[in-house]
Amino acid sequence: MEEFVKYTASQLKKKIAQDNLAASDIASSVADRYDKVEDKVKGFAHFDKTLLSERAKELDKKGCAGNLSKIPVVIKDNICVKDELTTCSSKILAGFKPPYDATVVTKLKQAGALLLGKSNMDEFAFGSSCETSCYAPTNNPYDLEKIPGGSSGGSAALVAADETVLALGSDTGGSIRQPASLCGVVGIKPTYGRVSRYGLIAFGSSLDQIGPVAKDVTDCAGLLNIISGYDPMDSTSADMPVPDYTGSLIANIKGLRIGIPKEYNPGSITGPIIDEAAPVNETGIKIREAVDMLKDLGAQFVDISLPHTKYAVSVYYIVGCSEASSNLARFDGVEYGYRQKQPGSLLDMYKKTRGEGFGAEAKRRIILGTYTLSSGYYDAYYLKAQKVRNLIKQDFEDAFSRCDIILTPTSPETAWPKGLKTKDPLSMYLSDIFTIPANLAGIPALSLPCGYDSNGLPIGLQFMAKHFDEEALIRAAYTYEQNAGWQKVRPKL
Amino acid sequence: MSHYLTTIGLEIHLRLLTKTKAFCGCSNCFGGEPNTFVCPVCLGFPGSLPVLNSQYLRYAIKVALALSSNVSGMMKFDRKNYFYPDLPKNYQISQYDMPLSLGGYVDIISDNKPKRIAITRVHMEEDAGKLVHNKRALSSYVDFNRTGTPLLEIVSEPDISSPEEAYRYLIAIKSIIEYLDVSDCNMEEGSLRCDANISIRPKSQKELGVKVELKNMNSFKGVRDALIYEEKRQAKALSADEPIAQQTRLWNEEKQVSEPMRTKEEAHDYRYFPDPDLPTVSIDATLIEEISSELPEMPEQKKERFIRDCGLSKYDASVLVSDKVMACFFECCIKLYPKPKMIVNWLTGDILKYLNANNIEFNSVKTTPQRLISMFELMDNKTISGKMAKEVLHEMLATGDSADDIVKKKGLLQISDKSVIEKLADDIINENPKVADDYLSGKTNALGFLVGQLMKKSKGRADPQLANSAIKKGLGKKRP
Repeated sequence: MEEFVKYTASQLKKKIAQDNLAASDIASSVADRYDKVEDKVKGFAHFDKTLLSERAKELDKKGCAGNLSKIPVVIKDNICVKDELTTCSSKILAGFKPPYDATVVTKLKQAGALLLGKSNMDEFAFGSSCETSCYAPTNNPYDLEKIPGGSSGGSAALVAADETVLALGSDTGGSIRQPASLCGVVGIKPTYGRVSRYGLIAFGSSLDQIGPVAKDVTDCAGLLNIISGYDPMDSTSADMPVPDYTGSLIANIKGLRIGIPKEYNPGSITGPIIDEAAPVNETGIKIREAVDMLKDLGAQFVDISLPHTKYAVSVYYIVGCSEASSNLARFDGVEYGYRQKQPGSLLDMYKKTRGEGFGAEAKRRIILGTYTLSSGYYDAYYLKAQKVRNLIKQDFEDAFSRCDIILTPTSPETAWPKGLKTKDPLSMYLSDIFTIPANLAGIPALSLPCGYDSNGLPIGLQFMAKHFDEEALIRAAYTYEQNAGWQKVRPKL
Repeated sequence: MSHYLTTIGLEIHLRLLTKTKAFCGCSNCFGGEPNTFVCPVCLGFPGSLPVLNSQYLRYAIKVALALSSNVSGMMKFDRKNYFYPDLPKNYQISQYDMPLSLGGYVDIISDNKPKRIAITRVHMEEDAGKLVHNKRALSSYVDFNRTGTPLLEIVSEPDISSPEEAYRYLIAIKSIIEYLDVSDCNMEEGSLRCDANISIRPKSQKELGVKVELKNMNSFKGVRDALIYEEKRQAKALSADEPIAQQTRLWNEEKQVSEPMRTKEEAHDYRYFPDPDLPTVSIDATLIEEISSELPEMPEQKKERFIRDCGLSKYDASVLVSDKVMACFFECCIKLYPKPKMIVNWLTGDILKYLNANNIEFNSVKTTPQRLISMFELMDNKTISGKMAKEVLHEMLATGDSADDIVKKKGLLQISDKSVIEKLADDIINENPKVADDYLSGKTNALGFLVGQLMKKSKGRADPQLANSAIKKGLGKKRP
């Protein structure tokens, strides 16, 4: 059987038109691929072959002619799909099937997409390695002993492993971009407010955004077109017109001003990176090569400064955990999900349900957030963090007065061995050092492959742009991709 | 209470009658089959998000303006975090440090003197659900119909110095809100709830005493009773040199006592923080002006107008405006019958007396302005006398029938036929020769007795003036 899932969405669309393919043909190809590689990758949290074939048959019957007609899409397990398991890879949501579709899922269904199932993730998106899932950890398709990144590790791994064509992820502090980087695929965190959060099970409500994960920039732009736009059900979504992002797929960046933050040089912050004189690791070398190529393509590089960026990780963990502690309070065993049923008092039920239902990292963040919101600590933590968050936003505004795009590595390092950081939460938290600032500022950011290290593990390049300027991101990324050609590299499974 | 000063502050929760709930599209209905007016948003399902109901905002602004409270240009919503099964998200969307409005006041009469009670703030918040306990099965159920319905919290300053003032304050608030048509204000049905803070201190002491919070009162009277009880309990403790614990107490209506619920040490830390799902709301001056212009005439303004334009006394005007329906009844009457003083006398006299005696609210009064005026006209054209009118009115209030029908049914028509009355007068004079003689010999007060006898004989139906002249005429015939 031909492996249709190996195509990009734009290629598959042509193929479907040419060969008059049915959704059922594509579904069988998906199932086939699943049988071949899923044991190695373990990217799905929920996948049901029977359900998939039924859905495909229904699509064929309806004959949907939408923009994503018959294109396989995987949904991260924290995005609600009506009457289908949606568990945030957490025991506390065991068996939970939401009675409604997230707005993005409604849009995908309207576009005719073939929904495959739910992708594995760090429990409630708390993590950077996909190891905190209540299911088996997902493996990196480039090296099955390594982590795929997180929290949207399942989405990135499934795209990389050609188990799906497209995927949706969510990004609170890098959860789309970091796994995209570690799995050698493309991912976008849109501007806060660009994509409706209705139906996304909240982690940090002021930071969360849903975004596309795909094999190339073209597919990301196409998927972003579908999911973007104002939603009256989400008060934080932006009531602004959405441009056609595929219109930015132009391989030309002459005159584009690209800023590089001086703080990301070695010595100033933990980690690499961009030092003309002495590149410190392989990520740094590849980033420099990318910079050189972009220069050759006509971009102008400028030095910029993000003076408060060194506080970003601290601010993020205070704001994110504070919001999470409140957002996760609803998981109490009363209405849905897991409930410890031993007889006892109300308090017993709460304690046992939450004690057994949440994993260690979720508990850690709930406790952290409860602490930072407590009376007597609120001013010192939450309030102060909000003030610093404003300074970080201001940093970006100042920087974008001098440049159109900011370039950084996506992750300080390539995929690490499983288990390496699980005992040391702080080192795990620091792996999001380059991605967190964009969430705090609400600006859009994109990660795409810029090469491979000596072990064959992908390295990712991050672009950030000003609010609602996803077009600049897409144009810069597309130009680089067309010239560098890394999207053609696939893992050997 | 002579040795102590009492300080009371009230927190009123008002349920607003918007069409839909505060942050979702569910119907805002009272009661109904359990869990029928619910959706993912008010059930706090994961992934659902709140959206502010614009009618809720308008109603809230309306109330704030009517209480002369300053509506903020910017307000935000906060999360009040606590675990309870009737609260699906385990946090309540409320307002903490940037509420809807600040300041304001309500005027009441205390000890026959006007007094102004200051309002601290008015803020918006969603209501919780209801627990239903099955003691036999040792299980509890939750009804989420009320979850997410829109509330307003009106917090008073500790300006209230007696349980009676607290009662008056509640009546005044209710009367203002009723004019706005945004809430039922029915405490028995829970559309108005009231918690009270009370402390007492010796008259010589400057700083306030230890504050006790009272909850679970189910009527305005209950609030007053609970405060009277608590005032006495605290005074007794202070007199005996016993310390008063800072605590929350529940009013036990049945036993008429307050019972401790929790102490300060057990108080919640609600971990308020801005709700990231709801952006800050800016309320521009145009919206405030627009809503302000839609405000109906408030009781205080109406009272002034009644005094100015209808020549009513302050007292009559106050009584009329204390009930929106009665004031409206009055206004309908004066359009039909321009004798405001006469109307107000009947309204605040016989009609109110009847309603109070029978425990009827004015809004369920059985007669109409048109019918009352028809009765007046029967008096004017002498079909009935003033005395008969009282009887007719009583019947009108009891049955809802028109004065005409009652008069016909009861044969209450006034006798205005001169010849009939004169015949009656002659009979009376003949039956009482001694009295007639007394009159003729100069004892003029004998006339009254004879007229009285005539009225009695006619069962009160004779036109009193005609009766008077007929007796005089009959006696004149006897004059030698």
